[in-house]
Amino acid sequence: MDLTTFLIQLLNALQYGLLLFLVASGLTLIFGIMGIINLAHGSFYMMGAYMAFALTSATGNLFVAILLGIALSALIGFLLEWGLFSRLYKRDHLDQVLLTYGLILVFEEIRSMIVGDDVHGVRIPEMLSASIQLSETLSYPVYRLFMSAVCIVLAVLMYWLIRHTRLGMMIRAGSSNREMVQSLGINIDLIYRLVFALGVTLAAFAGMLAAPVSSVYPGMGNQVLIICFVVVVIGGVGSVWGALVAALLIGLADTFGKVIIPDYAGLTVYLLMAAVLLWRPEGIFRRI
Amino acid sequence: MSSAIKTPRAALLATLLVLSVFPLFGSDYYSELLTKIMIMAIFAMSLDLLVGFTGLVSFGHAAFFGIAAYAVVLVSPQYDPSSLWLVLPAAVLAAAVAAFVVGLFVLRTKGIYFIMVTLAFAQMIYFVFHDSPLGGGSDGVFINFKPELRIGETQLLDLGDAGHFYYVVLLLLVATYVFLRILLRSPLGHALAGIKSNEHRMLSLGFPVFLYKLAGFVIAGALAGVAGFLSACQFGFVTPEILSWHQSGNVLLMVILGGMGTLNGAAIGAFAFVVLQEVFSALTKHWQFLMGTVIVLVVMLLPGGLASLTQRLRRLLLGGGSNG
Repeated sequence: MDLTTFLIQLLNALQYGLLLFLVASGLTLIFGIMGIINLAHGSFYMMGAYMAFALTSATGNLFVAILLGIALSALIGFLLEWGLFSRLYKRDHLDQVLLTYGLILVFEEIRSMIVGDDVHGVRIPEMLSASIQLSETLSYPVYRLFMSAVCIVLAVLMYWLIRHTRLGMMIRAGSSNREMVQSLGINIDLIYRLVFALGVTLAAFAGMLAAPVSSVYPGMGNQVLIICFVVVVIGGVGSVWGALVAALLIGLADTFGKVIIPDYAGLTVYLLMAAVLLWRPEGIFRRI
Repeated sequence: MSSAIKTPRAALLATLLVLSVFPLFGSDYYSELLTKIMIMAIFAMSLDLLVGFTGLVSFGHAAFFGIAAYAVVLVSPQYDPSSLWLVLPAAVLAAAVAAFVVGLFVLRTKGIYFIMVTLAFAQMIYFVFHDSPLGGGSDGVFINFKPELRIGETQLLDLGDAGHFYYVVLLLLVATYVFLRILLRSPLGHALAGIKSNEHRMLSLGFPVFLYKLAGFVIAGALAGVAGFLSACQFGFVTPEILSWHQSGNVLLMVILGGMGTLNGAAIGAFAFVVLQEVFSALTKHWQFLMGTVIVLVVMLLPGGLASLTQRLRRLLLGGGSNG
């Protein structure tokens, strides 16, 4: 592997890891704050990707599609929390597993009824479709750099939101003692609803962002979901910072695994998880 | 455990009687469906040992089911029927060994981690069979000849024969049920129940909790292997999809729908699930939509699963006076 190829793989690993972080951070936030295990989280990623496909076809512009998609997925998240999830906070994890498993089936079939089971591509917008020439034969697409940049900006925004805003303070307080926060006169139900909608929107946004690169296909959400579980297990449940570190580690393991042992590339991520489990069964980081 | 014992013995015997004479009167189609249900019931009961009796919610139980099915393929000779004496123990052993190795890792975690880690390990095993040429890769592989049971030159049983197969499945179902009932009354069973209700207390009483959990995990894996072996024999075809996470989700669904911690409940859950699947898939190709909706409704409206339905009805009829 020469230096240019290595650099390209490194950029790919970074981009994949950052994208995973967007999805996994929502999953870990929803668990860390509300104690909900959400198997349907991958479905929101899938929804986002299909929204990008359908809305880009309708409006002709990916950016417009993404703006509409963000509004739509936030609304979906808000309604789901209001209608279903808010009734499950006091229930066992098993009920949550069951409900969200049922939701996966429902969402997947709705997707099949509306869009069908074909694989679709989404065009990269003209202004981002160029490639940067790295050597005579190798180049790197601008859109992937754009994806990484957007993810980094969002990660910084999330850090700022959780650490340095009043809302973030309420979120952190709510995760450690719901009743106490409530008795201080803060509307904790609304905060939960917002966090859930935020998590859904992050996952859907990741799907929209990834659609032009990965194309949209049935089952894409479940694939991401399981990798996100690995991210959360490695990073520590409830830890956003841990999710970032773990997602980047997995990006590296997956990308370089494909280069080094192509036949068993699917396994490297899980081997990494097994190693972390031996070392620290509760994940590398523990809390928000 | 207590409600399993409370179930009237008469109901169990009646079920057994119906099952043992069914092929004489029922059509082939329903016999085959019933065979599938009984296999799933074994699978669901094996998971119930973990979920319902030990408090370990495994979302990766299909891995052991699938490994046993693949073991059947790998052990069977290509052009001859294999011997049941060899294949069944080999399949169960393969599942048990896999459960032992996976258990060493996953049992280090608890609660929500356990759910996610078991899912991830099962997915890892899925990729082993999906990516490698070991069992035909993503296309799967056929079993050309079903196993048979011979003593000397005489063939006693041929699993390729639907009638023979039905009774082998029924026998193994009863054996699994009896085995689990005995296990649950044994010191090991009581220790597992203790771990479920308070793990810290068991630890401070000096119980080697990890070893007990590992024993439970291996036994559950081995019994899932029995179901996987039977499933491979019934369909004669093994693909990576049988150890996919959908399979793990479905069996967990059977256990929860039927009501956890009652072996009968797991069997009822398997029955309800397979029948619903049959009915819905006859109605529409989007049958998973109906299945998903039913699941969501059950969780929202019927906490405690289908098994709680009878208690609720009883309470309703008796005017709310009894405590179930």
